[in-house]
Amino acid sequence: MRYLIALILILFPLVGAADDWEDRLIFNEGAKGAHLRVISSTDTVLFAPLIESFVAQYPSISIEYLVSGTADINRRVRATPEAFDVVISSAMDLQLKLANDGFALPVEDVQVPSWAQWHHSLFAFTFEPATIVINRAAFEGQPIPQTRQGLIEALRKRPEEFRGKIGTYDVRQSGLGYLFATQDARASETYWRLMEVIGGLDVRLYCCSGEMINDLADGTIYVAYNVLGSYAEVRTEGKDALEVIFPSDFQTIMMRTAMISEVTQAPEAAEQFIRFLVSQNPATPEGHSPLPFLRSDTDMTERETIGLNPALLTFLDGLKRQKFLSAWENAVIQ
Amino acid sequence: MVPSPTVSGSLRNRLVLALIGGAAVLAILLFFTVRSYAAKVAQQGQDNILVASVASILDAAALREGALEVDIPYAAFSMLSTPSDDRVFYAVFQDGAFMSGYDDLQLSDGPEEEQWTFHTGEVRGERIRQVSARRTLVGLGKQTEIAVALGQTQDALSDTLDQISRNAAYLGLGFFLLTAALSFWVASTTFGQLNRLTMSVTRRGPQDLSPFKKPVPKEMAPLVLSLNSLMGRLDQSLSQSEDFIAEAAHRVRTPLATVRSYAETTLHRVERKENREALRAMVRAIDESSRAAGQLLDHAMITFRADHLEREEIDLVDLTRELVQRLTPIAEMRELSLSLTGEPSVPYSGDPILIQNAVRNMIDNALKYAPADSTVEIDVDTTPGIQITVSDSGPGFPPDEIDMLTRRFERGQNATGTIGSGLGLTIAQDVATAHGGSLVLTNQQKGGACVILSL
Ligand SMILES: Nc1ncnc2c1ncn2[C@@H]1O[C@H](COP(=O)(O)OP(=O)(O)OP(=O)(O)O)[C@@H](O)[C@H]1O
Ligand SMILES: [Mg+2]
Repeated sequence: MRYLIALILILFPLVGAADDWEDRLIFNEGAKGAHLRVISSTDTVLFAPLIESFVAQYPSISIEYLVSGTADINRRVRATPEAFDVVISSAMDLQLKLANDGFALPVEDVQVPSWAQWHHSLFAFTFEPATIVINRAAFEGQPIPQTRQGLIEALRKRPEEFRGKIGTYDVRQSGLGYLFATQDARASETYWRLMEVIGGLDVRLYCCSGEMINDLADGTIYVAYNVLGSYAEVRTEGKDALEVIFPSDFQTIMMRTAMISEVTQAPEAAEQFIRFLVSQNPATPEGHSPLPFLRSDTDMTERETIGLNPALLTFLDGLKRQKFLSAWENAVIQ
Repeated sequence: MVPSPTVSGSLRNRLVLALIGGAAVLAILLFFTVRSYAAKVAQQGQDNILVASVASILDAAALREGALEVDIPYAAFSMLSTPSDDRVFYAVFQDGAFMSGYDDLQLSDGPEEEQWTFHTGEVRGERIRQVSARRTLVGLGKQTEIAVALGQTQDALSDTLDQISRNAAYLGLGFFLLTAALSFWVASTTFGQLNRLTMSVTRRGPQDLSPFKKPVPKEMAPLVLSLNSLMGRLDQSLSQSEDFIAEAAHRVRTPLATVRSYAETTLHRVERKENREALRAMVRAIDESSRAAGQLLDHAMITFRADHLEREEIDLVDLTRELVQRLTPIAEMRELSLSLTGEPSVPYSGDPILIQNAVRNMIDNALKYAPADSTVEIDVDTTPGIQITVSDSGPGFPPDEIDMLTRRFERGQNATGTIGSGLGLTIAQDVATAHGGSLVLTNQQKGGACVILSL
C-alpha cells in the first residue's frame, strides 16, 4: 500500500523534472521546515518506507529523494556538492574518497561502532552481501553451485546452454560493480578464472542490479553474478524460479554508507536524517524495510565486511584503475 | 619586659618557598620533557608507517615495455588506517610530472643523500605529515624516475599527544604535590630542632646558666656553642659582681668600724672640750659613712636581685615576725615597742631577702623618726591586696616633701640630726616594684607616718 502511494507520488514531480534521474520523489511536500535533498543509489522501493517513517517523526522536514547510479552520484557530488544535502551510496570506495577529499561534513557523537564510520563523516547503516542469483530452471537435475569454483565447473560443463545467459556488472560503468570486482580480485584468483569463463560465454554486462534481476526473472539470463543480496531478495519474493546463493568460499559484503554534504544548506535536518538512518535496527518489527540494516552488535571478524579505511582508495587510483580495467576487459571481453 | 627582636623574613618560609619553587620548575620541566619526548616518539611512529607505505608503493613500480606501471598495493593504504580515521593524500610523479593521486600534493625536496624527505604542511585546510621519496627505474635502454608523496592528517597523533600530555601533566602535578609535601615536612622537622632549642632556653630558670648538653644537629652546633660560651661569661661576670658587692661591703665597713672604735677610745681620753666636740663630730661622720656604705651596698644588692628576681614560697607573717624579733632589742633601747598585727599567715611567692630588706628599712625609719614611749604598729594583711604596713605615732612625713622622699639620697627636713643616707625608702620602693607592687607614703589623721608596701 505504501509503495502504491510512493508510486503515485513519483508521477507528480516527474512531470516537470528536466534532469535525467533514475527516479525522483518528494516526501512530505510543502512542509514548512528544512528541505533535504538526498541523492542515493538505493531504489526508491527499498528506501521509501524509511523516509516515510522519518518524515512521520519529523513532520516539518521535506525530503527530495533522487536516485542515480553510484558512479553518477560520485560525478554529480563532485561537480555540484551544493546541490545535495545527504549522499547515500553503496559504492563504499567512492564514498570514502568523497569524504577523504573533503566533501563530507563531520558529525560528532553518532551512535555507530567505530568500524561502521569513517572520520565522523561517513556512516554505514546496512550490510549487504554480493550474491549469485540463478534461475532454478537452468539447473534442473544439476547440483546448484555454492561456490565460485562450483559455478565455473557448472558453466564449463554446459557451455552452450549458458552462452549469452550470464549477467554481471559492467565494472566500467557501475561503482558498486567495480567495488565488488576489486574486492573479489583481492580475495581470490578464482575471480579472474570466473571472469575468463563467463567472458568466453558472451556475458551480458549491466549497469545496475535492478535490470540484471529483471532479466533473470523473465528468463533472459540464467545466472547473475555479484548481485546485491538486498535487491535479489526483494525481487525473488514469491518467485520460486530464482534462488539466491551466498557463495560459501568467500563473501564480499558491502555496507551502504551515508554522509552529509560539506556545503549542505540544512545541516541540522541532514544530521537528524543521518542519526535516524544509523538508529535503524533490523529487529524493529514495524520497520519491515527490505534493507538489511546494520546490527551494531554484529561481530565484524565473522562478517567479512569491506573495511571502511583508506585502503579503499587503492583501486580508485588512476593508474591502478586503468590496469584493473584492462585486465578485466582482457578477461571478460574477448 | 624583653623587647621583641626585629623580625625580617622567615627562614622556614624561605626554605619552603625555595623547595616548592624548585619543585614547580622541575615539575614543569618534567611535563615538557615527557611531552616533547612522547611527541617525538609518536611522530616517529607515524613517519615509520608513512615510510613503509611509500616504500611499498615504490616497490610496486615497474617498467613494462618501456611504460611505467605503478600497481599500488592494497596494504599501502590499509596500513595508514588510524583510530581517528586520518585522511590520506598521495601523488605519484614520473620524472617530475604528475601521474596520479592528488595533484595538489607537492613533492618536498630534501637533501640529495636522504632517501626520505619528511615535511609538515597544509593540504586542503588540514595539517598533514608528508613523506616524499624517489626511485630510479632502469629498463631497456630507458631510465625513468618515479617519485611518491604521501601525506596523512594528524588527528590520531594529536589525540595520542593530548592523552600523553594529560598523563604527563598528572605526572608533573603528582611530582609537585609530593615534593611540596616533602618540603613542608623537611622545613618543619628542620625548624623543629630550632624550636626545641628555643623552648629549652625559654624554660630555664633565671639563675640557670649551665651549658646546653642535649645533642643538636651539626649546623646548630656553632649557635649552641656560642650560646654556651655567652652564658659561661655571663655566669662568670655575675658571680664576679656578687663577689664584688660582698667584698666591697666588707672592705668599706671593716676599716670604718676600726676608725670608729679608735675615735671612741680617743674620745674617752681627751679632756678638752673642743677636742671632744671634734671627735664626736668625727664619730658621727663615721656613722654616716658607715650607714651610707651599708645602704649603698644594700641598694646595689637589691638592684641586682631585682633584675634576676627569684621567687620562692614564703610566709610574709613569719618573715615579718622574725624581723620584729631581731629589731626588738634596738627598739627597746629607744624605749619603743613593736607590735605585729594582721593575718596569722600570708603565703606569698617572692624574694625573702628583698622583702626583709624593705620591711627592715620601713621599721628602721619608724624607730628613727618616732618619739620615745610610743608604739610602732606593723600590720601584715591581705585586704585590699597583700600588703605590709608600718605606722608610727611620730611627726609624720613633711607634707610638702612627701612625693620626693622615695628618690635616691632624698631626706626630709625632719631628718636633720638623724643619721641616714636617704636610700631606705628607695630600697623599699625598688623591692615593691620588682614584685609588681608599689610603695605608698601617707600621714595618719591622728598623726604619725604610715608606709604601705603592697606586693
Ligand atoms: N617614720 C618617719 N617619720 C617621719 N619622717 C620620716 C619617716 N620615715 C622617713 N621619713 C623621712 O623620709 C626621709 C627619707 O627616709 P629614708 O629612709 O629614705 O632615709 P633616711 O632614713 O634618712 O636614711 P637611711 O638611708 O639611713 O634610712 C627621711 O630622711 C625622713 O625625713
Ligand atoms: Mg631610713
